[in-house]
Amino acid sequence: MRTLNTKEISDCVYRLARKAGTTLTPACRSALRAAADAEEGAAQFALATLLENADTAQAERMPVCQDTGMAVVLLEIGQNVFLTGEPLADAVNDGVRRAYADGYFRKSICDPLTRVNTGDNTPAHLHTEIVPGETVKVTFLPKGFGSENMSKLYMLTPSEGRAGIVRAIVETVRAAGSRPCPPVYVGVGIGGAFDSCALLAKKALTRDVGSKNARADVASIEEEALAGINALGIGAQGFGGKVTALGVACEIAPTHIAGLPVAVNIQCHCIRCEKETL
Amino acid sequence: MKKITLPLSPSDLNALHAGDGVLLSGTIYTARDCAHRRLFELLDRGEPLPIELDKTYIYYAGPCPAPAGKACGSCGPTTSARMNAFAPRLLDLGLLGMIGKGEMSEETRAALVRNKKVYFAAIGGGGAQYAKSIKKSELVAFPDLLSEAIYRFEVVDFPAVVAIDARGKSVYDR
Repeated sequence: MRTLNTKEISDCVYRLARKAGTTLTPACRSALRAAADAEEGAAQFALATLLENADTAQAERMPVCQDTGMAVVLLEIGQNVFLTGEPLADAVNDGVRRAYADGYFRKSICDPLTRVNTGDNTPAHLHTEIVPGETVKVTFLPKGFGSENMSKLYMLTPSEGRAGIVRAIVETVRAAGSRPCPPVYVGVGIGGAFDSCALLAKKALTRDVGSKNARADVASIEEEALAGINALGIGAQGFGGKVTALGVACEIAPTHIAGLPVAVNIQCHCIRCEKETL
Repeated sequence: MKKITLPLSPSDLNALHAGDGVLLSGTIYTARDCAHRRLFELLDRGEPLPIELDKTYIYYAGPCPAPAGKACGSCGPTTSARMNAFAPRLLDLGLLGMIGKGEMSEETRAALVRNKKVYFAAIGGGGAQYAKSIKKSELVAFPDLLSEAIYRFEVVDFPAVVAIDARGKSVYDR
C-alpha cells in the first residue's frame, strides 16, 4: 500500500496544464512540418503560420491557441494507492484553476443554459480508472470545442462492419469541412456502448499522432480511413490540399452482439497533450 | 501578401479575390456567440448598439487574458459558421465585413454579395502569432461576458486570406 496526498495530483495537473496550453506535442510538430512540405498556396501559408505560431507560443510562454480548452483529465489510479488530503475532484479542479489563472489561459467553461462562465475553467472533465499497481498516471488534454462540435456518434449495425466504420469516419470529417481547423487528428472509438464508445474516442486522442494500434486489423482501419480523408481535398484550414488529417487513431472494446457503436472525436491540428506518472 | 488598410476602399474591394493572402492593418472588433445574441436583443428592442456597424469589422474571436507587457493574450479566430444566424442581418444593416475561420452559409454569402463586402479567414490555431499583431486592445461592451465581451483591437499586419470576396467567390468552393 502506498499513500499519496491529492495535493501531489493537484500540482501535477497544474504542471501538465501549464505546459500543454503553450506546447504542441513533438509528434504534432513533425506532422505539421511534413504537411507544410507537401502543400502549396494558401494551405502551405496556413501551415507555415502554424509552425511559426508554435515557436512563438513556446518562446513567449503564450497559449498556442486562445481556445485553451475544456480541461480533460484522465487518471489511472493504481489500486494499491491510498489517497489522502482534500477530495480528489477538488484537488484536480484546484490544479486547473491555478494553471489557467497563472498561464493567462482563456476560461471557456459555462452553464449550458444560462451561458454564465464559471470564471476559472473548472470543473475539469475528469475520468478516473482503477488499474493494477501503485502509481497514478495523469494525462492532461486541453480540448478545443471548434473541433469537439464536429464530433459524431454512430450506432451502426453489425452487418455494416469494417466498411461501415471507415465510411462513418470519413463522412464525419467530410461534413465538418473547414470548421474544425483542419488538418485534424481523428480519435475513434469502436465498440463498447453509447457512453464508453465516446470515451474510447477521446482516449484515442491521447495517443501520439502517427502511432498505430497494436492490433493489425484495427491499424488497417486507421490507415484506410486516413487515406479516405486525405482524398477529400479539404486541406489545411479548408483552403484545399492533400493533408486534411494528420492521423486517425482507433481504440477498440468488446460490444453487444446486436451493435457496432462508432464514435468519432475530432481534434484540431493544435494537438496538446501532456502525461506524467506519480 | 498584399498589405491592406481597413476600412477597405472600393478599389480594394474590386482587387481582392478569394484565396488572396493579405496583411490587415486598422481597427477591428471582437464578437462571438453571446455578444451577437446581446446585439440582436438590442436591435429587437430598438435600442442603440455599443458599436457603429457601418464603421465596424467584426473579428469572431475571444482572447486569452493579456499577460503583463502585452496588449492582448493569444487570440486566433473562432469558427464562423456559428455566426451564420447573425451575419446576414448585420451586413444588411451596414457591417463592413467579418474575419473568422471556416466556411459560412449560402445566406451569408448572398448577404456579402448584396452588400459588396468581404469575409476574411484568419489562420485558426495561430493565437500566439495573432497576439503579436494586436497593438492595442480596449473593452467596448458586455464586460460580464469575459473573453466573449466586445473588444476593440488596433492591428498591424494581421495575416488573413480572402475567404469570400465581394463577388461571392469562396476559397472553400471545391
